[in-house]
Amino acid sequence: MKRISLLFIAMALLALLTGAMFGVLAGIQYIFPEFLKETMAFNKMRPFHVSTVVGWIILCATGGIYYYLQEELNTTLYSSRLLKMHFIVFVVCAIAVYISFATGKMGGREYMEYFPLITLPILIGWILFGINYFKTTLKQIQNWPVYLWMWGTGIVFMTYHFTEAHFWLIPYFRENFIKDFAVQWKSYGSFVGSWNMLVYGTSVFLMAKVKGNESVARGKKAFFFYFLGLFNLMLGWAHHSYIVPTVPWIRYLAYGVSMTEWIIFFSILRDWKKMLSADEKLKNNLSYQFLVSTEFWVCINLFIALLISIPYINYYTHGTHITVLHSMGTTIGINTSILLASVIFIVNRAMPQVTEQFKKQILSGFWILNISLFVFLCSLLWSGIKRSIWMYFSENPVPFGSMQEDLQSVMYVFLLSGLGILTGLLFVAFPLLKRGILPLTKK
Amino acid sequence: MSPNPNPNPNIKGNRLVITLLVCMFIIYNIFVYIGAQPKEMPIMSEKAIKGQQLYQDHNCTACHQLYGLGGYLGPDLTNVISATGKGEMYVKSFLNSGVKSMPKFNFTEEEKEAIVEYLSEVDKTGYFPNYEAEKKPNGWVKIKTKHK
Repeated sequence: MKRISLLFIAMALLALLTGAMFGVLAGIQYIFPEFLKETMAFNKMRPFHVSTVVGWIILCATGGIYYYLQEELNTTLYSSRLLKMHFIVFVVCAIAVYISFATGKMGGREYMEYFPLITLPILIGWILFGINYFKTTLKQIQNWPVYLWMWGTGIVFMTYHFTEAHFWLIPYFRENFIKDFAVQWKSYGSFVGSWNMLVYGTSVFLMAKVKGNESVARGKKAFFFYFLGLFNLMLGWAHHSYIVPTVPWIRYLAYGVSMTEWIIFFSILRDWKKMLSADEKLKNNLSYQFLVSTEFWVCINLFIALLISIPYINYYTHGTHITVLHSMGTTIGINTSILLASVIFIVNRAMPQVTEQFKKQILSGFWILNISLFVFLCSLLWSGIKRSIWMYFSENPVPFGSMQEDLQSVMYVFLLSGLGILTGLLFVAFPLLKRGILPLTKK
Repeated sequence: MSPNPNPNPNIKGNRLVITLLVCMFIIYNIFVYIGAQPKEMPIMSEKAIKGQQLYQDHNCTACHQLYGLGGYLGPDLTNVISATGKGEMYVKSFLNSGVKSMPKFNFTEEEKEAIVEYLSEVDKTGYFPNYEAEKKPNGWVKIKTKHK
C-alpha cells in the first residue's frame, strides 16, 4: 500500500508544476490583458492556478502522512481498501474540477470556484482519510507525539471547515449577506489553518527524524505551541475581515487572539539561530536545508501576518497586494518548502543514490526558488504600497485602470520572478518525480 | 513504533486542553452562526440572490473584490452603486463590454438588473474603503457602519 501513498505524492508533484505554470500564465494576463482572453480569461485561469496549487499542498501532505504511518511509524494501515478509495475519489474530483473550470460551470466562491456538487465526493475523501487515520493510530500508537495530534486535528478541522465553506448553499446563510460573507472567510481562514496543521505536523515529524531526536515532538513546549496554533485556527480568522461590518466582538476577539502569535514569532526566532549553528552533517542534509529555509520564511511571514493583524495597519493593507504577499509567502516559502523537504526525505530513504546524483541540481533549484520568491514578494510589497497610496492618500484619485497601468513595470518584475519560481520548482521537483517517486511506485 | 525515549507524561492534561478548546469552539461557532450579522441589516431579496448567483456563475470574484476580499485585477465593487460618477448605468455598461481583461459576457437585460440589485444590496451593508473609520491609539479601528 506504500504504492498508493507514493501515487498521492506523484500526483502532488505534477500539480505543483502544473499549478506554477498556470500562475505564470495568469501573470502574463496581468501585463497583456488580451493574452488567451478568448480561450481562458483570468476568471478561468486564476481558479486553475489556485485549485491546482491547493491540490499540491493537500495531496503531498496526505501522501506523506499515509507513507510515514506505514514506513516510518511501522503501523499497519487499518484498511488498504479505504486508502485506494480515497485516492480514486481524489483523482476523479481533480478531473471533475478541471472539467468544471474548462466548461465554465463555476461555483464562483473564492478558492472553491468549482461546481458545488463536486464538494460531496471531496468531503467523502476526507472522511475516508479520517477513518483510516484514527483507526490506524488510536489502536497501534500509545502516547502520541505532537505531529500525530497535528495531523489528526488537521484532518478533522479540514473536514469541518471544508463543509462550513459551503454553508452558503443553505438559505439561512445566503439570505444574510454579511453573515454569509463572515462565515465564508471564517471557513477559509480556518481551512488554511487546518492544512497548516497537516504541513507543520510533517515539518515537526521531519525535524525529529532528520535530527534523530524525538524530543522536538514531545514535551510541554511542543504541545504548548500546538495548542496555541489550534487556538488561533479556531478564533483568529476575523483578522482577514476587520473591515467587514460584522458584530464588533468577533473582530475584537480576533485582534486579541492574533496577538498571541507574537509568542510563536519570538520562539521561532530563537530556535532558528540554533538551527543555523547545527553540525555539518545536518547542514549537508538536503531535507534539513529546505527546513531551515522554511524557518526563514516563517519568520518573515509571521512578522508580516502579525503586523497586518493589527487593525490600524490592516486598515491600509487590506485589499492590496500585501495580503497576496502574505499568502504567497506562506504557500510557497513555508508550505512548499516543507513538503519538498518531505519528498526529498522519502526519496532519500528509499533511493539515496537519486538524491546524491541530483544534489547539485536540487540545490541550484533551491536557490533559484528562494531568490525568485524574495524578488516576487518584493514586487507584491511594492504593488501593495502603491495601491494603498492610491486608495488612501491620493487627493484626486486617478481611475482604477490608470492605477493598474502605473503598476505595469512592477508587474514585469512580478512575472519574471514568477518564472524564476517555476524554474526553481522544475529543478527540484522534476528529478524527484521522474527518478524518485515514479520508479518507487513500481517497486 | 519504536520505544519512546522521552515519554510525554501529560497525556491526560493534553486531552483536557483539547476537550476544553473543542467545547469553546462549538459555543463560539453557534454565536457566530446566529449573530455575526447586525440585527438591523435586512435579508437579501430574491432578485439580489439571483444576481449573486450570476456573480458566482461567472466567477467575478477572480478579478473583483467585495470589502477588499477577492482578486486584484479589477476594482473593488462594494460601493460601486453609490460611488460618485458610477452607479447602475455604469455597471450595466461594463457587463457586456469586454474591456481590457474583462471577458465579453452576454448578460440579458434581466440578468444585468439582478446583478445591479445584488451590488446595490451589498452597497447598503457598509463601506469599503471605510474613509471615516476612527483609528484608536491601541491599534483598534472603529469602522463607520450604515446600521446602528
